[in-house]
Amino acid sequence: MQTNKIVVPLMSEMSARGEAPEYLFWVGCAGAFDERYQKVTRAFIKLLHHAGVSYAVLGTEETCNGDPARRAGNEMLFQMQANMVMETFRNYAIKKIVTCCPHCFNIFKNEYSDLGGFYEVIHHSQFLKQLVDEGKIEADPEIFNDKSIVFHDPCYLGRGNQEYDAPRNVIAALKAKTIEMPRNKSNGLCCGAGGAQMFKEAEPGNKEVNTERTEEALATGADIVATACPFCMTMLTDGIKFKNKEEEVKNYDIAELLAMGLGL
Amino acid sequence: MTRQIAFIIALLITLGIFTYTISRLVSYFRITKAFPVGQWGKRVAVMLRVAIGQTKIFRFPFIGLVHALVFWGFMVITLGSIEMVIDGVFGLDRSMSSTGWFYDFVMASGDIMAYVIIIAMLIFLFRRLFMTIRRFKGIEMQLKSKLDAIIALCIIFMLMLSLAGINLTYIQLHPTNYSGVFPISALLVPQLFTLGTQPFMLHEVSWWTHILLIFLFANILPYSKHFHVFTSVPNVFLSRLEPLGYLPNMENVMAEVKLMMNPETAFAPPAEEVPAVPARFGVKDVEDVTWKNYLDALACTECGRCTSVCPANITGKLLSPRKIFVDLRARMKEKGPGLSKDSNYDDGKALLRDYITPEELWACTTCNACAQECPININHPTLILDMRRYLVMEEAAAPPALNTMFTNIENNGAPWQFPAEDRMKWAESL
Repeated sequence: MQTNKIVVPLMSEMSARGEAPEYLFWVGCAGAFDERYQKVTRAFIKLLHHAGVSYAVLGTEETCNGDPARRAGNEMLFQMQANMVMETFRNYAIKKIVTCCPHCFNIFKNEYSDLGGFYEVIHHSQFLKQLVDEGKIEADPEIFNDKSIVFHDPCYLGRGNQEYDAPRNVIAALKAKTIEMPRNKSNGLCCGAGGAQMFKEAEPGNKEVNTERTEEALATGADIVATACPFCMTMLTDGIKFKNKEEEVKNYDIAELLAMGLGL
Repeated sequence: MTRQIAFIIALLITLGIFTYTISRLVSYFRITKAFPVGQWGKRVAVMLRVAIGQTKIFRFPFIGLVHALVFWGFMVITLGSIEMVIDGVFGLDRSMSSTGWFYDFVMASGDIMAYVIIIAMLIFLFRRLFMTIRRFKGIEMQLKSKLDAIIALCIIFMLMLSLAGINLTYIQLHPTNYSGVFPISALLVPQLFTLGTQPFMLHEVSWWTHILLIFLFANILPYSKHFHVFTSVPNVFLSRLEPLGYLPNMENVMAEVKLMMNPETAFAPPAEEVPAVPARFGVKDVEDVTWKNYLDALACTECGRCTSVCPANITGKLLSPRKIFVDLRARMKEKGPGLSKDSNYDDGKALLRDYITPEELWACTTCNACAQECPININHPTLILDMRRYLVMEEAAAPPALNTMFTNIENNGAPWQFPAEDRMKWAESL
């Protein structure tokens, strides 16, 4: 455990000192409020500090970027939120954004430009892969060497933005045994939370999507189901609990795994 | 001479009916909304890869290969059909044979592919008739869809059988001096024609059967799911080039939001010149879709790969991505004739609710598995989202839980009910 308390730099404070960080770390709503995903945010922060990355967060100035509203059909609300967010970004002259959420990643990268917001947007899987490649993060090969990990592709990272390799490269750095589900990469099955499903009950059917996906993940016999998306994490964690497997099988974000691999 | 006249009459009838059909479709396209296209170089690359190279169809390896063989076969065989039309009109025989090695190549590959396609059709028919394949089922797969498939497969089977007949009898008629190369037919002739049949009659029957079936097929296609024979290559060429995760912007909302967020205009009375019918937000009916949505619907061959990978469909929900486009095409057929004559035409029905229910639309996770799988790059989630946009912005008809989510975003800037000042709480235990 770290003895020194990490102080998370705030964009407003840095700006007041006349400093500008290289990256904005966009925490996202799940990263800020979801109890399980807060752990992922903290793990990612530890990695940023470990690697000596120049970053800051918006803190209470952050607000929803409108993605769930847009996917639920409320374009009006999305555009109002987007305009507010872009205004904040303008104030701090933000150019590079890193985020753990594939939904936030997608909307900043692909959709804000239609409204006049142009940024370099990096998903944390890509960012961590880069840190690993540069040798700034080196996981202890002993920690995971008796574990097997299966990775679940988030739709908005994978199919949505063709990023299949970065999270797998991060996992490879742990030197664990890696397994693939039958439906992986571009054939990956959704966890069931996308398109604003996260915020509503599913339509009537004969099964929950997250159960279908969890069964597939459990069938691989992996010790760890790794994800790289807050909503996938909720769905798979729930699915594993539903299947009464939470003792044997753990669900972690790739940032948590990497932090563990460093003993952070 | 009689033969030539008969041919020209048959050709003119074919072209006449075809022109009528296409002109009707063009009038339907006129009803639809804009869809910007550019980046032509990139489009050529996508077309070569996905359409000509059949890359996405190979995602189902075995049956994908069979389809690809049929497609590539059609490409060379069509060249032969063009020659037949020239021969028919001008009363010639093998008019393109003077092109030498090119002719040999076209004839040889066409001959081989004819037999390959005969086998492929038997495989396809066997799968359709005797095997239970999940993606061939579904609420949208009515009798017409099933018949469409069987009829098209049977016509193609007959087309290839008659083509083989032409090649076989042609060799038999000119055993030493025929033009072109026919590897398989040349091998089969000695086996098949030892008893001395009537090659000339057989050749004529095969030739006319083949060409008349082509004429018939060309005019059946636009009314069946097999229209993809014509539309799928253009559809791939015109497909969306953005990443699948991208959702197109709504410019009309942008204008409203700008007015609202500008303090000078936010509370001003509405402008004098309000258009009589304000532009509708989202898609309710066929007049709201883009021409690309409609082309997608015309190009859809109802293969069901989209539905077979849809997480909602897999888990028993009502949504079937294929149905969205089957419904769009059917609704256009119903409303298009009236709407193309009178832009205010209203039959009291709509694509939304009379064809596609909100329950289907709300089951979509926008995971893009359907769009990823579609062999001809149809984009289903965008149309589903456009219908959600109509439901939410025109009817405020979102599921209650989503309305709560909207309120949370409006009030505290997060989809959940957490106060904005708690946004840094996660950092306290670092």
